[in-house]
Amino acid sequence: MYARALSALAIVTIAACGGGETKSSDSAAAPAQSSSSVDLNGAGATFPYPIYSKWFSDYATTKGIKINYQSIGSGGGIKQLSEQTVDFGATDGPMSEEEMANAKGGKVLHFPTVLGADVVTYNLPEVKEALRLTGELVADIFLGKVTKWNDPRIAAENAGVALPAKDILVVHRSDGSGTTYIFTDYLTTVSKAWAAGPGKGKSVQWPVGLGGKGNEGVAGAVKQTPGTIGYVELAYANQNKLPTAHIKNAMGEYVQPTIASITAAGEGASAALGADSDYRVSIVNAPGAGAYPISSFTWLLVYEKQADAAKGQKLVDFMKWMYADGQQSASALDYAPLPAALATQLAARLSSIQIGSTP
Amino acid sequence: MTQPSQGSVMGGAPSGAPPATVPGAIAGSSPGDRVYRVITTAFAWAVPLLLALITLEVVLAAWPAFRTFGFDFLTSSEWDEVRGNFGAAPMIYGTVVSSVLALILATPLALGVAIFLSEFAPSWLRQPVAFLVDLLAAIPSVVYGLWGIFVLLPVLREKVMPFLATTLGLGNTPFFSGPAYGPSMLAASVILAIMVLPYISAVSREVLMAVPRSQREAAMALGATKWEMIRDAVVPYARSGIVGGIILGLGRALGETMAVTMLIGNRHEISSSLFAPGYTLASVIANEFAEATTALHTSTLMACGAVLLAVTLVVNVIARWLVWQVSREGR
Repeated sequence: MYARALSALAIVTIAACGGGETKSSDSAAAPAQSSSSVDLNGAGATFPYPIYSKWFSDYATTKGIKINYQSIGSGGGIKQLSEQTVDFGATDGPMSEEEMANAKGGKVLHFPTVLGADVVTYNLPEVKEALRLTGELVADIFLGKVTKWNDPRIAAENAGVALPAKDILVVHRSDGSGTTYIFTDYLTTVSKAWAAGPGKGKSVQWPVGLGGKGNEGVAGAVKQTPGTIGYVELAYANQNKLPTAHIKNAMGEYVQPTIASITAAGEGASAALGADSDYRVSIVNAPGAGAYPISSFTWLLVYEKQADAAKGQKLVDFMKWMYADGQQSASALDYAPLPAALATQLAARLSSIQIGSTP
Repeated sequence: MTQPSQGSVMGGAPSGAPPATVPGAIAGSSPGDRVYRVITTAFAWAVPLLLALITLEVVLAAWPAFRTFGFDFLTSSEWDEVRGNFGAAPMIYGTVVSSVLALILATPLALGVAIFLSEFAPSWLRQPVAFLVDLLAAIPSVVYGLWGIFVLLPVLREKVMPFLATTLGLGNTPFFSGPAYGPSMLAASVILAIMVLPYISAVSREVLMAVPRSQREAAMALGATKWEMIRDAVVPYARSGIVGGIILGLGRALGETMAVTMLIGNRHEISSSLFAPGYTLASVIANEFAEATTALHTSTLMACGAVLLAVTLVVNVIARWLVWQVSREGR
């Protein structure tokens, strides 16, 4: 009886498997059919998602090419590109040598798309003027070395401002993010103590403070709690009218984070880049007048060799459009467009992508 | 000495045997029943099989992290992605403490609601209140998190925490010391308490309502007041069911991710103070998985998942053992 039950179970299982198989072959056939409706697939960074989705929707309306983008995070984008499950990736931090070596489709090219920035925001109801801070000071606050708002070092940068004798409460991101990468990249560049301590990464070991999930978590904590200091991306700060500190740049100027000052940072940094650059560069603390120091590129990742000629051509065409027409819609969404010279340089670099299987 | 005890075992065996053969006998009786039996058996096996598969996958994925850090993974408070140094002690502590504290806060409240609804509430009030309490379970956890950030945190920071620390003078004890920022173990526990309350209260209410009328009437007949009747006749009768409800709530609390992540402050540190921020295993996975790029980091997060599974298992075993103790006492 037991054996009979078992064989019956086996039949049920086989039937179930059979059902599953036909179903999976159906779904395998589906993408092939729908490839006419979705032309390119991409995945990666969440930070540039608003501008990317605007680009892809504009491009679909004007050129009829549909691009599907999943904002799953930079790490996920790099992983999916390496596994060749997407046609392009997107990241807020350049890929490491190890990650480049692990990519299955050969050499990966980094193409900067727009510029973003982190702002230092705070909650000091007593202070009406914009706070002025230096990079070392921000690092020491986030290291827990400067603990009072009326610390002489803060007062020295803000002559004439009545600073309260309150404790400083640091708020940072708890989730891994490109925003944290840019911020810690900057602190690592300007502070030896930071470089020797937490270092740079998408999440680091914070010496002090609270972790908030996402820009909204950090902004929420800063908005509600007097005495807090935190960092969020510029778009988020602008849309929520958060106070932003003016940061001293490499030229010794205190710069307010604006679209213009971020593009200026891109200009200052890209002046040093030759045409043969791989553009995996950090532009924090960039030289140049009026350059906001906590700025960064965000990148599209594409393989140098595009095996599928049709897809490769579509991808290159889109990126050409992005460097010409696309840049103009950036500032409306609080992203800084690339400096014009750099956009031209990058559009020319698109010719280095090899389309189709060249012998 | 051994002879009689053996005899009793022998005697017990035949009496236990017939019920075991009954399902077999029924299954053999008609083809329809047999098919039905096979299908349900397959379903019953599918679930443990799925659990075993999930466990296996998680442990396999976590293996590199366990091999790298060994036992230190459970005791270290280090969490440094840049240098690839990870330890889960603060998260294990935070998971257990926030869940247990949530139960301590929720259980009396949930029991109060259940007893009121089953014993005191007029029938026109019973249904609406029961419905509203059950509705708490239907609120998505991210909504709890947002409500926590915008409503609960300010109240805790400005009213509850100063009251505990200053008015009650508990600020000198290690449990309520330190500055009150808002995001904290206390905030996470309070939100968890609200979230598990409907589970405990719904189960307790059903169990209390199922207590036979004769039980209540007998207590009344012996001259008990309503309070004595509930305390001595109704609640003990329903005890194991109530504890079952509490375990259900505990399971919910241990695995809750989003609302806790938004309120606990996400700090890799073990602090005795409930005002200090903490971390939970589920939160760290939710926070870091999307941007984990190195193989070791991903594996470490899987290891956190494996540890969470183990913690859940251990806590549930302890809870079951408590139920068993309680129900044995009740007899």
